[in-house]
Amino acid sequence: MYSKTVMEHFKNPRNVGEIPDADGVGEVGNPICGDMMKITIKVENDRIQDIKFLTFGCGAAIAVSSMVTEMAKGKTLEEAKKITNKSVADALEGLPKNKLHCSNLGADALQMAIKDYENRKAGKIKTPETGEAYQCYTADKNFCKCPYCNTELPEGEKTCPMCGKMITCQS
Amino acid sequence: MNIINFDYISANPLLPEVKNAMITAIENDYGNPSSSHQLGEEAAAELEKAREKVARLINAPSPDEVIFTSGGTESNNHAIKGVAFAKRDKGKHIVTSDIEHNSVLKPIRALRALGYETTSIPVDHYGRVNPDDVRKAIREDTILISIMHANNEIGTIQPIKEIAQIARERKITFHCDAVASVGVLPVDVQELGVDLLSFSANQFNGPSGIGGLYIRKGTNIWPLLDGGAQERKRRGGTENLIGIIGMGVAAEITLKERESQFNHLKRIKEKIISGIKENIDDIIINGHPEYSLPNLVSVSIKYIEGESIVLMLDEENIEVSTKSACASGSLRASHVLIAIGRDYADAQGTLVITFGRQTTESEVDRFLEVLTKVVSTLRKMSPLYQKK
Repeated sequence: MYSKTVMEHFKNPRNVGEIPDADGVGEVGNPICGDMMKITIKVENDRIQDIKFLTFGCGAAIAVSSMVTEMAKGKTLEEAKKITNKSVADALEGLPKNKLHCSNLGADALQMAIKDYENRKAGKIKTPETGEAYQCYTADKNFCKCPYCNTELPEGEKTCPMCGKMITCQS
Repeated sequence: MNIINFDYISANPLLPEVKNAMITAIENDYGNPSSSHQLGEEAAAELEKAREKVARLINAPSPDEVIFTSGGTESNNHAIKGVAFAKRDKGKHIVTSDIEHNSVLKPIRALRALGYETTSIPVDHYGRVNPDDVRKAIREDTILISIMHANNEIGTIQPIKEIAQIARERKITFHCDAVASVGVLPVDVQELGVDLLSFSANQFNGPSGIGGLYIRKGTNIWPLLDGGAQERKRRGGTENLIGIIGMGVAAEITLKERESQFNHLKRIKEKIISGIKENIDDIIINGHPEYSLPNLVSVSIKYIEGESIVLMLDEENIEVSTKSACASGSLRASHVLIAIGRDYADAQGTLVITFGRQTTESEVDRFLEVLTKVVSTLRKMSPLYQKK
């Protein structure tokens, strides 16, 4: 089902873990369809000096995480921003059709970590505490998402309306 | 390569006696059981011999009440659609449960599109149906109740006798999907009191692609496959005689050895459960502690996902099954696990460990050792475990 490269990354994943004093954190995912990823980055001189991942998910999700971190490591932020779901899937020699969403998550988590770093640098955002809802950013708004099921949370909500988990939103 | 199989429910390995009987059948080059010449008559005799053996396995009063099908899916489709079509003038309401196999749920869903109505009975946290709930769900126009005997994902056994009794009192046809239990549990159609019962040869060391449907005499049911007069006009199409002969031999041996096998399976099951509890924290054993299949362990391993467990075990030549959404073609969480109250994340980390007569204790030891290692590797990678 999986390509040789996917299996190789799945069996020997690179950059597993979490950088404790990370400069940027990206967390995406949804256990309802199966995957959650957390990417932490250390940035020096606009270059991704170190990057680590934690992933809850299937073989493809783990391989994608490993590949994304390897592709981004040592790159400048501008270079890393060019990493897309497609380039990750291509580097893995393709993914089964029903697993392509995994590559979206990998690229999203990386881009979110970079965005988090840039936001922090601009003094915009507090980092969410572990276990709490994380904030997401788009061009026009900031909002909270449930860390368990990725549902966008109404402001002030204490439990996720989708999965019922207790959460804290800090927007 | 020495494969350790803990995925018997996907397909049991064939018994050597079954293999031999099937090879002999191929070599004998039987004719078509419907022909009236010598070749045909030989084939018809083999067919009826196998039917008798299969009928004995489920204690059917007469072999004529058993028809051969292509397996559990066909048997379930036949039972449900066949009764719904035959009794369409009496009513259009069907009662079933939340944890049925897809080969029961989907034909019922198809019937809904034709104007039939359904009530689905919820289950408790062990996955059991309360017979009182069935009683309450019955309406004037209820024509069919379909509840499975033992669940193929969590192993829970339903109070079929009580439910069949309720159906009989209300003169409603009762179908039981017993694919996961026939061959493992003593299934007696007369004692259970069912009208229709589905079963499959690959769950008792027979070949895949062959199964059976018990149809109690007098049951109002249409064929699913219209065609020739085979199976006493209840299933058209030339019989899969080689598969049927294999199924007959498997049924005969299963019946003879069921009791000793039952004890063997229980020992293996206890060893697996206690080993998992000892070695791995944050797990849930799914299903009923008492009313449960002896050949199945369902375990939800928190913070990790099933497909990655399966792949890592496979690297060590150990085969198990998962009900994770990621591993399913549909990317949906198992409806059975959601029905018993598992949340989506826990459903993701659920393994179905099934075993059989060939499983040894040393295989269990090796499995437990590797599983413990795999779980620890994956948890080190899991953001949910790190948050814990």
